[in-house]
Amino acid sequence: MLLRHTSTNVVERNALTVNPAKTCQPIGAMYAALGIHRCLPHSHGSQGCCAYHRSTLTRHYKEPVMAGTSSFTEGSSVFGGQSNLLQALDNLFTVYDPDVVAVHTTCLSETIGDDIPQIADKAREKGLIPAGKYVIHANTPSYAGSHVTGFSTMVRAMVDYLAEPSAAKTQAVNIIPGWVEPSDMREIKRLCWQMGVEATVFPDTSDVLDAPQTGEYEFYPKGGVTVGELKQTGSAMATLALGHTASSAAARALDTKCGVPCEILDLPIGLSATDRFVDALRRTTNVTVPQYVEDERGRVVDIVTDMHQYFSGRRVALWGDPDQLVSLTEFLVDLDMRPVYIVTGTPGKKFLKRIDKALDGRVPEAKVRQGPGADMFLMHQWIKNEPVDLLIGNTYGKYISRDDGIPLIRHGFPILDRIGHSYFPTVGYAGAMRLLEKILDAVLSREDRESPEESFELVM
Amino acid sequence: MSSSRQTDMHTVKDQLLKGYPAKVARKRTQQIVVNEKEGCDAVPEIVANTRTMPGIITQRGCTYAGCKGVVLGPTRDILNLTHGPIGCGFYSWLTRRNQTRPESDDDQNFMTYCFSTDMQENEIIFGGEKKLAEAIQEAYTLFKPKAIGIFATCPVGLIGDDIHSVAWKMSEKLGINIFGFSCEGYKGVSQSAGHHIANNQLFKHVIGRGQKPPEAEFKINMLGEYNIGGDAFLIDDLFKRCGIHLVSTFSGNSTYEDFENAHHADLNCVMCHRSINYVADMIEKKYGIPWIKVNFLGAEATAKSLRKIARYFDDAALTERVEKVIAEEMVNVLAAQAEIRARCEGKLAMLFVGGSRAHHYQDLLAEIGMKTVAAGYEFGHRDDYEGRRVLSTIKVDADSRNIEELTVEADPQEYRPRRSPEQLAELAVQGVAPKEYEGMMAAMDSGTLVIDNISQAETEKLLAIFKPAIFCAGIKEKYSVQKSGVPMLQLHSYDYGGPFAAFRGAVTFYRTIDRMIHARIWSLVKAPWNTQGKPTLDAELVCNS
Repeated sequence: MLLRHTSTNVVERNALTVNPAKTCQPIGAMYAALGIHRCLPHSHGSQGCCAYHRSTLTRHYKEPVMAGTSSFTEGSSVFGGQSNLLQALDNLFTVYDPDVVAVHTTCLSETIGDDIPQIADKAREKGLIPAGKYVIHANTPSYAGSHVTGFSTMVRAMVDYLAEPSAAKTQAVNIIPGWVEPSDMREIKRLCWQMGVEATVFPDTSDVLDAPQTGEYEFYPKGGVTVGELKQTGSAMATLALGHTASSAAARALDTKCGVPCEILDLPIGLSATDRFVDALRRTTNVTVPQYVEDERGRVVDIVTDMHQYFSGRRVALWGDPDQLVSLTEFLVDLDMRPVYIVTGTPGKKFLKRIDKALDGRVPEAKVRQGPGADMFLMHQWIKNEPVDLLIGNTYGKYISRDDGIPLIRHGFPILDRIGHSYFPTVGYAGAMRLLEKILDAVLSREDRESPEESFELVM
Repeated sequence: MSSSRQTDMHTVKDQLLKGYPAKVARKRTQQIVVNEKEGCDAVPEIVANTRTMPGIITQRGCTYAGCKGVVLGPTRDILNLTHGPIGCGFYSWLTRRNQTRPESDDDQNFMTYCFSTDMQENEIIFGGEKKLAEAIQEAYTLFKPKAIGIFATCPVGLIGDDIHSVAWKMSEKLGINIFGFSCEGYKGVSQSAGHHIANNQLFKHVIGRGQKPPEAEFKINMLGEYNIGGDAFLIDDLFKRCGIHLVSTFSGNSTYEDFENAHHADLNCVMCHRSINYVADMIEKKYGIPWIKVNFLGAEATAKSLRKIARYFDDAALTERVEKVIAEEMVNVLAAQAEIRARCEGKLAMLFVGGSRAHHYQDLLAEIGMKTVAAGYEFGHRDDYEGRRVLSTIKVDADSRNIEELTVEADPQEYRPRRSPEQLAELAVQGVAPKEYEGMMAAMDSGTLVIDNISQAETEKLLAIFKPAIFCAGIKEKYSVQKSGVPMLQLHSYDYGGPFAAFRGAVTFYRTIDRMIHARIWSLVKAPWNTQGKPTLDAELVCNS
């Protein structure tokens, strides 16, 4: 057994986390910053933080992930990291010529108390930041929040630093997609284009973390929201923020700073959440939902009516990020599946309430845990006590999957052992179809593998 | 190499330095060295193991990674508890490929688990010792490990949590061995400081506690072999067939008890000099066990290392078995070499990785006729480049000074010199020099380029200038290199393939390189309409009116 020490005996823990269902803030800030065109993320802390974050993002995307580090030493830990950051900014702009350097802090620089805006001002005074170039920053101490809140804070920094207020509003809509894959951001743009909606999606990692192989390496790939586009987010008629945890901070900041009204929606994963997103697009921009979008929706419904027997009643354990879990739970309930164990290490208000709403009173046996003590070890113990039919979560689930013979659908972050997530979306109706296919594949492959020979079915 | 090539290398060096701010260029010029060898062994001096300039995109990680990730990570039955915010524990959770093979289903194996105190703001403000003690208690209650290692992350050092006193108190309370590693990420300049800290604590708290001397002949320890992708399994297999008894490995496929009994061996074999030479030296001083440098990467290097061990023990039957194993294995190796050399001969390779891998893998590449034109370490020291003869001349700077140097003396009971000074001198004459490592530069051709702690910008320039057939580095470099059209093999993880050690591993390596260089996809990168020069109209226009 791979997880041979996981027993059925659940003991409440106060201090020990085992197999976490979250990671730390800075990696989220780094991922968000990669969604700005010609932006170089910069980790203000020890070298290891940057190396770990780059490695994990690289393994997840199988793409280059470039970022700088302040390379703290014992001296900088005692005297503060100002001189490190000044030197870093000089080197980054001179050697790599980015349009934006997006600095995020770490537990080290936060514990020291480095003041990033003050250091950036100093850098500007010293002429280390060339004209027309930007330094933005996010405070992302690793001892608070999680990777998702780090992402959220950096997206908010894009607004705080770059959005420009304007009295005249355009017909464009801002869409803050939340922590989703490049494929999902691409799909959101496609959906907007199909609906005839002019949208600025930020951040946008499509064409950054799914760049084509051309034989010529581009240090700054062609994708990402540009600084010019970010400035204009202040002139948009409205903002649709997808995912309460990852996107609401930026949307509210944009409302406060530039008077762009916002609506905060769930991530458009699954049928109902996508319906709400499409409807919000329709209402906000006063367009009609075109027939081919409705047809796509109809195909999702068709798959579910055709294959309902394979969904209905199956027990699912899922773990990951709050925004993903809320929408996934709602989708599973729409399929009459039973999301019985739901776990996120990410803290934050209203998650439990949102999950409750998504469960809609239909899965009374569901166990939900969030924050401290909500880890994959606890979830696995629950599974050991009462098994599930399906696991939905990141790659770390493969150890449970193999030990307990439960199929795993890889979803969320990080996925280290498969490709697909960066190319094929799970948002929108197209994404819902992909999820349905994955669920059916997982469930039916297991039946094919394990059913007695006499009940092995040709047609299913 | 010809003198024109040497001139070229200086031009290359100039190009690599171009575009840096003056301060960076001044430092980098001492770390980029044309390996112009004078006489038979003198190699030029290189600056290594110094700070990376902030903002220069580097391969390097931190002290915690070197300590918890590299040295202690591969041990399955020590419960490794990270004291700090969640990230450090999370990123070092199963991400190195240290394979382990518990002897039975009942044996402990914690390698698939991540244990962390997940420090929150409250602990940063009021201190985390209480939470640490509670976490140790909970870990003990749930898992009943034989030993617990505690790993400090950056903020722990800053707020002044005393992990060692918590370890001591909890050890008293629970009656198991609990020890701490002050491996905060900001210490030192790279992973290397973490190796040293890991070595020190293993030596202080674990090695020598065991009272189970194995009853066997030819007892050795393997030091600095981490069983990436199963390398150690192949080496172990060779030892078994030769009748060499492995007491412990630091630390691939290892157990706590193996470590405790390491002092019962009669020879230490050092594979990765950088990460483990400290333990080798300390064991020698305290217990009288000599160490020799070995290398099981490359068929020739493997044969040479086995012969060194045989010569050390000076036993006719052992020597005979070793020669028999080598002869058996070399049949396949030579056949594979001949086949693959025909396709790879003369092609260029570059290696920028680790603290010994950039050296060892050159042997493998040479065995299929490939030429290493440039190489360097991520976290090596001058002795890894220039050989241990420069050790006494290395200046100890502030970053090295803050890593503890243990004072070790001969153990009054356990010190037993395995060989007399005269015997060791005689062994040196026979090519089994104890405590000797000549470094990477001596093994490389004159006129090649040696670069310490290569940056992303330098990597891109090297690729553009040389367009090598293969580039070897780590995950962070992998895809930028491949996007520029050069196949890139990760030498930390072997791209999740391998193993590459010993004879069978060598053949796997040759085939891996051959496959990568000759992958058909490289000829399909350009769309056909972009590869044919001027667009032409192939089809005939047909009018059917």
